[in-house]
Amino acid sequence: MKRDYTGIVKSLGAVFLGLLAGAILMIAIGANPLKGYFYLFQGGLKSIERIGNVFAIATTLILTGLSVAFAFRTGLFNIGAAGQMLIGGLCATVIGLSVELPRLVLLPVMFLAALIGGAVWGVIPGFLKARFNVHEVVATIMMNWIAYWVVYYTIRNYFTAGLETESASMPAAGQLRVSWLSQLLSGSYLNLGIVISILCVIVIKFILDRTTLGYELKAVGFNRHAAKYAGIKVNRSIILSMMIAGGLAGLAGLTYYTGYSVNIQIGILPSQGFDGIAVALLGATSPWGVFFSATFFGILHAGKGFMNANTSIPPQISDSIIAIIIYFTATSLFIEKLYKKLRGRRADRKQIKAGGDE
Amino acid sequence: MEYIVEMLNIRKEFPGVLANDNVTVQLKQGEILALLGENGAGKSTLMSILFGLYHMDRGSIRIRGENVTINNPNDANNLGIGMVHQHFQLVETFTVTENIIMGAEGRFLLDRKKAGEKIKALSVQYGLNIDPDEIIEDISVGMQQRVEILKMLYRNAEVLIFDEPTAVLTPQEVHELMQIMRNLITEGKSIILITHKLKEIKEIADRCTVIRRGRVIGTVDVKTTSQQQMATMMVGREISFTVDKEDRKAGDVVLSVQNLNVLNNRKTPALKDFSLDVRRGEIMGVAGVEGNGQTELVEAITGLRKVDSGRIEINGREISRYSVRGRNEAGIAHIPQDRQRLGLIMDYNLGENFVLKSYYHKPYSKYGILKKEAIDKHAEKLISDFDVRAGNGVKSPAKALSGGNQQKAILGREIDLDTDLLIAVQPTRGLDVGAIEYIHKRLIEQRDSGKAVLLVSLELDEIMDLSDRIAVINSGELIDLITNDSNIDENDIGLMMAGVKRGEQQ
Ligand SMILES: Nc1ncnc2c1ncn2[C@@H]1O[C@H](COP(=O)(O)OP(=O)(O)OP(=O)(O)O)[C@@H](O)[C@H]1O
Ligand SMILES: [Mg+2]
Repeated sequence: MKRDYTGIVKSLGAVFLGLLAGAILMIAIGANPLKGYFYLFQGGLKSIERIGNVFAIATTLILTGLSVAFAFRTGLFNIGAAGQMLIGGLCATVIGLSVELPRLVLLPVMFLAALIGGAVWGVIPGFLKARFNVHEVVATIMMNWIAYWVVYYTIRNYFTAGLETESASMPAAGQLRVSWLSQLLSGSYLNLGIVISILCVIVIKFILDRTTLGYELKAVGFNRHAAKYAGIKVNRSIILSMMIAGGLAGLAGLTYYTGYSVNIQIGILPSQGFDGIAVALLGATSPWGVFFSATFFGILHAGKGFMNANTSIPPQISDSIIAIIIYFTATSLFIEKLYKKLRGRRADRKQIKAGGDE
Repeated sequence: MEYIVEMLNIRKEFPGVLANDNVTVQLKQGEILALLGENGAGKSTLMSILFGLYHMDRGSIRIRGENVTINNPNDANNLGIGMVHQHFQLVETFTVTENIIMGAEGRFLLDRKKAGEKIKALSVQYGLNIDPDEIIEDISVGMQQRVEILKMLYRNAEVLIFDEPTAVLTPQEVHELMQIMRNLITEGKSIILITHKLKEIKEIADRCTVIRRGRVIGTVDVKTTSQQQMATMMVGREISFTVDKEDRKAGDVVLSVQNLNVLNNRKTPALKDFSLDVRRGEIMGVAGVEGNGQTELVEAITGLRKVDSGRIEINGREISRYSVRGRNEAGIAHIPQDRQRLGLIMDYNLGENFVLKSYYHKPYSKYGILKKEAIDKHAEKLISDFDVRAGNGVKSPAKALSGGNQQKAILGREIDLDTDLLIAVQPTRGLDVGAIEYIHKRLIEQRDSGKAVLLVSLELDEIMDLSDRIAVINSGELIDLITNDSNIDENDIGLMMAGVKRGEQQ
């Protein structure tokens, strides 16, 4: 049996075109693209510490990417990962800053708080969609802004320390950072969040592939009418799917605000929430695909500073490459067509050869 | 130059299936060539190659004697080849004109008025009777098909491919389509027609190329070949056109519908005080012209549509407030009318589709975890029991199956549920005569084993062949309930379908 590699080819094609466009940009500003990419990737991968940082950045992206991908498999477009992530982070921060518990108890409680907070933020648009047919894109965008202001007021009024624009720092007991890991990776930011995100990849893959729940959710995503015909409760599936997607984004907030950083900034919708869309698309909405595409974005993010320091290329080029890749994955239809066309050509060539033999 | 299109020694392989094996088909200028073949024989694949949707592995195509390469539908259009797909490719919310000029050469906005005029002229020339300003979703399926035809004519197609155009039409619309095809030929076009209806081939085609399992069996002159001969060529064995069925005494009532009132999508009454009983060991046929409440009746029974008032009982249990699943569990199996929209999840493989209504049961899952081995084993059994042909067996996605095999898969799944009531809606639509014979046999088998079968079909022949009793429906009302025996008259039923009650006939 032949496997269908279109998904992988599409993703690699988008990456390739993105890098190509980045090279053109570098040439345009008079820099040497080979050198640029050399430093970009070296910046991401040259030491244990830097590799650790790649995964520290990827941790959050994996979770927001999973969130978007999971909803997508049920046919839903979750634009609300940013808001869900904020609320998840807020819930964890509030608990971490206000209760004193031994670390072994505190971290699981914060984990649950983030999970539930995100899930609630996801379930509301899910409910609106199921009950009143409010489009989830509209509802999740609104929820993003509600989250933005909820965090703004809560943090600002109750949880600031020195600065007005961010919460007080998380005490060590409430941080996902652990010293043995930092030491092992010579001081990288990598923290327990990576364990959470990899576990989530495994759990989500299991749910999608092996459980009746996953079967139902995918059925709804593929064909709502047939799902209804089969007796699957479509509305319940929509609500559940958004709830799980929200929970994943909530955990992204946990890893970001209590692991990657140790406080929560106000007045910002985290860009990771939106990057999650790109990660999910580039990962062809499969859990391990999300893992790899998040890692790739992690490399670009981690390496751009190093590239800037060693060449005349500004770090914005790296952001442009990411943007272009997003663009190409979003228009991945184009790449699919190209791939099919090339394959068709090959078939034609084969056929001409075969014809010549006769 | 005699042939306008020649497809020579075409080969096309899909993973696990040789869909076209050295196929040669030649279309003469100004003729209607029928393509006949079992489900999955490779007809659609062949035409998709001609229309540039698939690439052939080997072979060549000649148009008016010249070798051509067709890489995509645009190439096909430029060569004057047009295709009406079985599933229309229209934008529901656009007007006829917009749909026709979309994607065609020329500027969308500027040419709209001129386009409208050209469309009107074409419509008159070919007797299509289309209003260019109508919105697609407001017009009937038959009209939508004509829009597809117009789309081809607008692009100056000389060769028109019809893939099972009549499967979705009412008998009246079929009649009109035949007339349109004749007009097309008179105006110098050439047509390739795929159909499973031998009657239609006899009526309209000049020659018929028969394909079996990807190979051409032969091309015959339609005038001098009987339907029976064509059927035998196609299947490779004798086909019986009559259904054998023993008399059988019906048992207890399984399904009882009482004073049912249901609204249709436009919120007007679709069923009016409709009552009907279906008993063990009988096939109850529902005869009627399309759109007279049959769809709503089935949807109301299966839980896909809300009941306004009235009762629905299965084995004496009132179920009209049950969920879809509750009703399935109470004993309803349902072969739906639209197999791709309702009956299957096209992106799921066969194994997954076979457990669509039972995945949450043992042995297919336990504590919410799917048991793949049990699912696969079940699928293998159904594939062999119901002769479902698929390239990759259990792992074939439903969308890779030909229409007939999709239908067999649904039939197998629903029969395997082993429920007291089996509802079959248009169970043989789009199927070849061999598959029809097979499905009819299995339905009668169900009746003989004591199941109640509710058969809804637009084909009066099918209803008369299979049913023990016939319920005639018109405008949502039960016109009459007739025992299907030797002194029943097809014309009477036709009149009743038009709403004329028995007492009112003379
Ligand atoms: N995209 C595809 N991928 C894999 N297999 C395919 C694909 N399309 C068709 N097939 C296989 O190729 C064979 C021929 O299919 P095709 O649709 O051409 O049959 P057909 O003669 O049109 O049948 P029907 O009368 O049921 O429409 C079938 O066995 C089908 O399963
Ligand atoms: Mg076909």
